[in-house]
Amino acid sequence: MARIELIDLAHAYKPDPSTPSDYALRPMSMTWRDGGAYALLGPSGCGKTTLLNIISGLVKPSHGKVLFDGKDVTQLPTEARNIAQVFQFPVIYDTMTVHDNLAFPLRNRGWKDAEVKKRVQQVAQMLELTGDLKMRASGLSVDAKQKISLGRGLVRPDVAAVLFDEPLTVIDPHLKWLLRRKLKEIHHELKLSLIYVTHDQVEALTFADEVVVMTQGEVVQTGSAQALFETPAHTFVGYFIGNPGMNLFDCTLDDGRAIVAGQALALNDAARAALTGASGKITLGIRPEFVECVDGASAASDTVQATVLAVRNMGTHYLAEFRLGSQTVAARLRSIDKVATTAPGQGVRLRFPPERTLYYVNDKRVA
Amino acid sequence: MNRKVSSGILIAFLLASLLPIYWMLNMSLKTNEEIVGVLSLWPQQLTFANYHTIFTDASWYSGYINSMIYVALNMVMSVTVALPAAYAFSRYNFVGDKHLFFWLLTNRMTPPAVFLVPFFQLYSTVGLMDTHLAVALAHMVFNVPLAVWILEGFMSGVPKEIDETAYIDGYSFPRFFIRIFLPMIKSGIGVTAFFCFMFSWVELLLARTLTSVNAKPIAATMTRTVSAAGMDWGVLAAAGVLTIVPGALVIWFVRHYIAKGFAMGRV
Amino acid sequence: MKTDNNRAWFLILPVLLCVAFSAILPLMTVVNYSVQDILSPTQKVFVGVEWFRMVMQDGDLHSALLRQLLFSGSVLAIQIPLGILIALCMPADGWKASLSLVLIALPLLIPWNVVGTIWQIFGRGDIGLMGYSLNQLGVDYNYNGNSLDAWLTVMVMDIWHWTPLVVLLCYAGLRAIPDAYYQAARIDGASRLAVFRYIQLPKLRNVLMIAVLLRFMDSFMIYTEPFVLTGGGPGNATTFLSQYLTQKAVGQFDLGPASAFSLIYFLIILLFCFALYTWMQRVGTGDQK
Repeated sequence: MARIELIDLAHAYKPDPSTPSDYALRPMSMTWRDGGAYALLGPSGCGKTTLLNIISGLVKPSHGKVLFDGKDVTQLPTEARNIAQVFQFPVIYDTMTVHDNLAFPLRNRGWKDAEVKKRVQQVAQMLELTGDLKMRASGLSVDAKQKISLGRGLVRPDVAAVLFDEPLTVIDPHLKWLLRRKLKEIHHELKLSLIYVTHDQVEALTFADEVVVMTQGEVVQTGSAQALFETPAHTFVGYFIGNPGMNLFDCTLDDGRAIVAGQALALNDAARAALTGASGKITLGIRPEFVECVDGASAASDTVQATVLAVRNMGTHYLAEFRLGSQTVAARLRSIDKVATTAPGQGVRLRFPPERTLYYVNDKRVA
Repeated sequence: MNRKVSSGILIAFLLASLLPIYWMLNMSLKTNEEIVGVLSLWPQQLTFANYHTIFTDASWYSGYINSMIYVALNMVMSVTVALPAAYAFSRYNFVGDKHLFFWLLTNRMTPPAVFLVPFFQLYSTVGLMDTHLAVALAHMVFNVPLAVWILEGFMSGVPKEIDETAYIDGYSFPRFFIRIFLPMIKSGIGVTAFFCFMFSWVELLLARTLTSVNAKPIAATMTRTVSAAGMDWGVLAAAGVLTIVPGALVIWFVRHYIAKGFAMGRV
Repeated sequence: MKTDNNRAWFLILPVLLCVAFSAILPLMTVVNYSVQDILSPTQKVFVGVEWFRMVMQDGDLHSALLRQLLFSGSVLAIQIPLGILIALCMPADGWKASLSLVLIALPLLIPWNVVGTIWQIFGRGDIGLMGYSLNQLGVDYNYNGNSLDAWLTVMVMDIWHWTPLVVLLCYAGLRAIPDAYYQAARIDGASRLAVFRYIQLPKLRNVLMIAVLLRFMDSFMIYTEPFVLTGGGPGNATTFLSQYLTQKAVGQFDLGPASAFSLIYFLIILLFCFALYTWMQRVGTGDQK
């Protein structure tokens, strides 16, 4: 268990990086508390695996330092950092039994047989592998093998952190949920530092205390699931998180109001202050969950006119798409009574609650 | 085993491996007098006369040309017939498929010596004795099973969905095979061609049995280096060195595929 | 998944025709001769299993068979471990890897009679580096006169010639092992020997099977190289099965017994390969494809 600090960490493959695009990982600093569960979330190529490899020691960063509990480990090789890693596919010793697989790291460190046995039993029980201990590891199912991979990391009591590189990639969907729950249990029980790389937002949001969202080598936001959902600090976070993602509209400022698709929206004081005089691209963001349908006759200053494109009944809610100017608005609605008719082309009045409407200048949130 | 020990072992092995070849090269650049006179690690009097003999004497260089002709013939023929067969094994179940595959492999297990007399009679009967075609055909006995085996391995790595998509798109089988499928297994074909070349180039028992004058391979020619003046070691060595050259060139060109190919797509 | 389709036979037809011409027809001849006594081109007498019986009781054949088994067993026992060792020593990538591959593969592309010639020269005391050096060191080495020397030379020649095949196969096998396994082993604190024993060797199983089968087959059928080197001598000290067969068939023109022996020869190889294959499958159980 260790506190992990990243100080001015960056990685570029070219020797003299000048522009931000030269970096595989742009300069960042972060502290991860001991025993926390963190997820690195982002699309392919965003740098999350690079960051993980820097922490595990497979890659030496071109700039910056990595500290475990205050000790500088940046130049140390993987085996000296006392971490455990679970890969995208199960990595097990085919010729050994499950028991011997789990015992391997301990025997290599000179543990006595009795202690080894006890510890292996403990870990096997935690992972629900006790019945398979005597079986040959190579004959088991894929998810059992991944559990063994994980078990080999957990079996050392002094392990500083466990790193996961998209570990559920090869697991069947219906087993993914079981394994995710198992991981949370283990985290709760052992209080280890866990770092989990994934491109699946559901995995990240359910697994981690805090999620680090990355895109194109840059860390754009770190926060809890709720913070990422309700107040995304970057348009990318808004777009990437949520299903469907946040609605983003280009807008301009005119006379103290936001102009979206030719229609005016009132701004509250904070928003107006932040946007006045701002130079660059202004974007309005609102999550589909917060878009409301109001009376067609209403002309309140926080509403706009749109036309219906499609309305789908999803069982628990309705997924609606409206056309606003040249753009599409997605909305998750509880009920459709305010929608006069769901036929495409019909006019409808949409309300964007000011407290849920967010404004971004050059993709960064200002209000 | 650290890096230094590894390199040491590897270099030692390479030296031991190359020494006999170097010795022959050494001899090929010496005169016969020097060879039988004094044992030297490199030529005291460098001479290219031996190579000159081979390049100018038709009875010598025709041997190389003959070998290259039947090897090339064999490569083309083996790969051509193996391709559709490998496709069949890779994509379909049919009556007797496992037995057929096994029978093909058993041809590789038959000692060439077994075929000596029968081949002699068979090829004499059909009038193919002493032709390049005869040797190319004879070598197909062990090259085709190998080719089918290697190609089937590579073909199984191409998902069936590609075939199905092509049919849905309206491709006929021949067009699909040539325009879509073959380019996908390019490296497999290269590897197969390499192995066919290799095993045909080196095999000499059958090649010598089936030829006498017109298609005589270099191997047979090399036995006639004894003359009134004694054994013509220099020319023999030069001839030997020249037989290595085509092989070395071929390996150099396919060096990226060698390791992959030896796994035959099945590792 | 494969589909059932008997029309696939059309695709197999070319192969069938070529191999049938080159393999089945001759074999039919062999079977034909093996049960007949050919007194003259027009006079043939059916003798049933007479030749088979005679061949099986032939003392010369037994000796040749024993020599062959000893030879194949010995070279295999050296080539396989040596091949694995060299493959482990080779770099994983870069220009050094390419260069090593090409140099290592060189002996494999030398025509087999030239292989014999190279060693014939190399081992001579007068013009060969090895022969001369050994004699200088005080070793009384003569592969033409001394049976043991002849054996050792033939073995060294075969090892020199064919170990590269094992090396290349194992090299390919090693490259197919994902890096993650080595990383995990480092994290687990495994020793170099443990990495070899628990990761590399198990993952080389398929490749080693191919290597053992191919080497066994080819060493059992070997003809040209030892023939050029020693001619089978001194006496018949290095006369292995192929040469024995050739002597009988071509030298003595005893087609009947030679044909009978051909069939037995082929069956021996087939049985051994089958046994080896089954045994190796059993040794490495556990993995299901």
